[in-house]
Amino acid sequence: MSAAFNTLLYKELLRFWKVAFQTVLAPVITALLYLLIFSHVLSSHVQVYPGVSYTQFLVPGLVMMSVLQNAFANSSSSLIQSKITGNIVFVLLPPLSYAEFFLAYLAAAIVRGLVVGLGVLLVTLWFAPLRVEHPLWVAVFALLSAGVLGGLGIIAGIWAEKFDQLAAFQNFLIMPLTFLSGVFYSIHSLPDFWHRVSQWNPVFYMIDGFRYGFFGAADVAPEKSLLVAGACFMAISGLTLALLKRGYKLRH
Amino acid sequence: MTAALAVRGLVKRYPALTALQGVDLEVAAGEFFGLLGPNGAGKTTLISILAGLTRASEGRAAVMGFDVQSQYREARRRLGVVPQELVYDPFFTVRETLRIQSGYFGLKHNDDWLDEVMHHLDLLPQADKNMRALSGGMKRRVLVAQALVHKPPVIILDEPTAGVDVSLRQTLWKFIESLNRQGHTIVLTTHYLEEAEALCGRIAMLKNGRIVALDSTRNLLDRAHERCATLSLRGDVAGAGIAGLAPQGDGEWRFRFERYEELEALLARLHGAHVAVEDLQLARADLEDVFNRIIASA
Repeated sequence: MSAAFNTLLYKELLRFWKVAFQTVLAPVITALLYLLIFSHVLSSHVQVYPGVSYTQFLVPGLVMMSVLQNAFANSSSSLIQSKITGNIVFVLLPPLSYAEFFLAYLAAAIVRGLVVGLGVLLVTLWFAPLRVEHPLWVAVFALLSAGVLGGLGIIAGIWAEKFDQLAAFQNFLIMPLTFLSGVFYSIHSLPDFWHRVSQWNPVFYMIDGFRYGFFGAADVAPEKSLLVAGACFMAISGLTLALLKRGYKLRH
Repeated sequence: MTAALAVRGLVKRYPALTALQGVDLEVAAGEFFGLLGPNGAGKTTLISILAGLTRASEGRAAVMGFDVQSQYREARRRLGVVPQELVYDPFFTVRETLRIQSGYFGLKHNDDWLDEVMHHLDLLPQADKNMRALSGGMKRRVLVAQALVHKPPVIILDEPTAGVDVSLRQTLWKFIESLNRQGHTIVLTTHYLEEAEALCGRIAMLKNGRIVALDSTRNLLDRAHERCATLSLRGDVAGAGIAGLAPQGDGEWRFRFERYEELEALLARLHGAHVAVEDLQLARADLEDVFNRIIASA
């Protein structure tokens, strides 16, 4: 990769690392609170897979939710801040290609997602020791899913012109997709209508496939989840690259 | 010899207005060139197209022979732009900001040049301070430094001294003039016309997206044949009824003329009317006079 790409990636990593209290520690604490509250309330009532406690079931979902939300937040917040403050010009003036631009923001989003996800996993291990049946599946789903939401964050950051537009994107799209995706439950426990709705939610497949990597059990076949996550990644990446090539809302 | 900047038939249309209406312009390598015009004339749009921040609706623009669209990498490597807006990234120190900007241009080990740029702009004492902690003038210096990290042969300064103190102006112009002497092409837009008059060898004036004047600074100044005499007079000037004398207050009067015979005739009439001349100062029209006249008549 070029020095320009490396520099933009380094800048993006340094940017979130300088405010790690807000970008890493805070989401880890939030996920821990979810775990404590939900497991305390539901652990004696719910068992999803044989031999897996509800708290153990919850952990991969919370890890993946944190990965997704933070990958999205990294690229989207960096771009909207740069656009609104005007310092996006420092990235637009140099001879960076649109592909380098995309890959650097995407890679930084994936790293932030994975760092927060790893933090959540390490903290929650104290409450629910986990075994990992298929580590490769865990890694593949973590990477692909962070990539999908990182790419979606780039699109949102380019599209939004104000912070409230980005907040709308986050609150009306990303949050429902992640919360209604089986983080806290198995979709088999849902009424038929919501069960069918969930099957149209791509985030469900990301979380289900990720969970399969831990328990060797899932709501749908992991190959199907991989196909959905992979197709989403290709589609989002293609759309993002097309927007960047056109200079949509960046080069007028 | 390849022109530093070449612009042919450049048009930029927005839904509500046409910012550039067919601009043709060529700036030779090594020139110190001024781009002047009232607000909304199209200066920043022209610069944005050259920098690749805005896409032209029609026409072509090239930096050192490289098309800004089809050969954007080569064109941008050769161009440094100091933007008009005072923008900065609040996450980084001055040194980090400059290292990052160097990296975008593929320069990894550039600290010697960065230190030299910071030295010339009096930024070294601020090098490890966060950008947020700097005054407006210091932030403006960092913007200039960022445009120079890759030693571009063409440097565009879009109102670099807007709202900054005399110290920065002097520091900046000294450094920019030295870069120009080394062969860098400088393009300056400014509303301080005395700066343009002192620095620029050639000037283009824009109005409503069109170039309305393009000539050497000397020729532009020579276009103004008018001279101005400021006289301190004692006696009944108003009673003398001399045409062309305009009161300025405090006993001073202004008389505009083109030929010195007109001034001689005025002095003779004043003498005849028993009005004494206590002081007389002559001045040629400056660039501001020329600019105002050209823009008003265009």
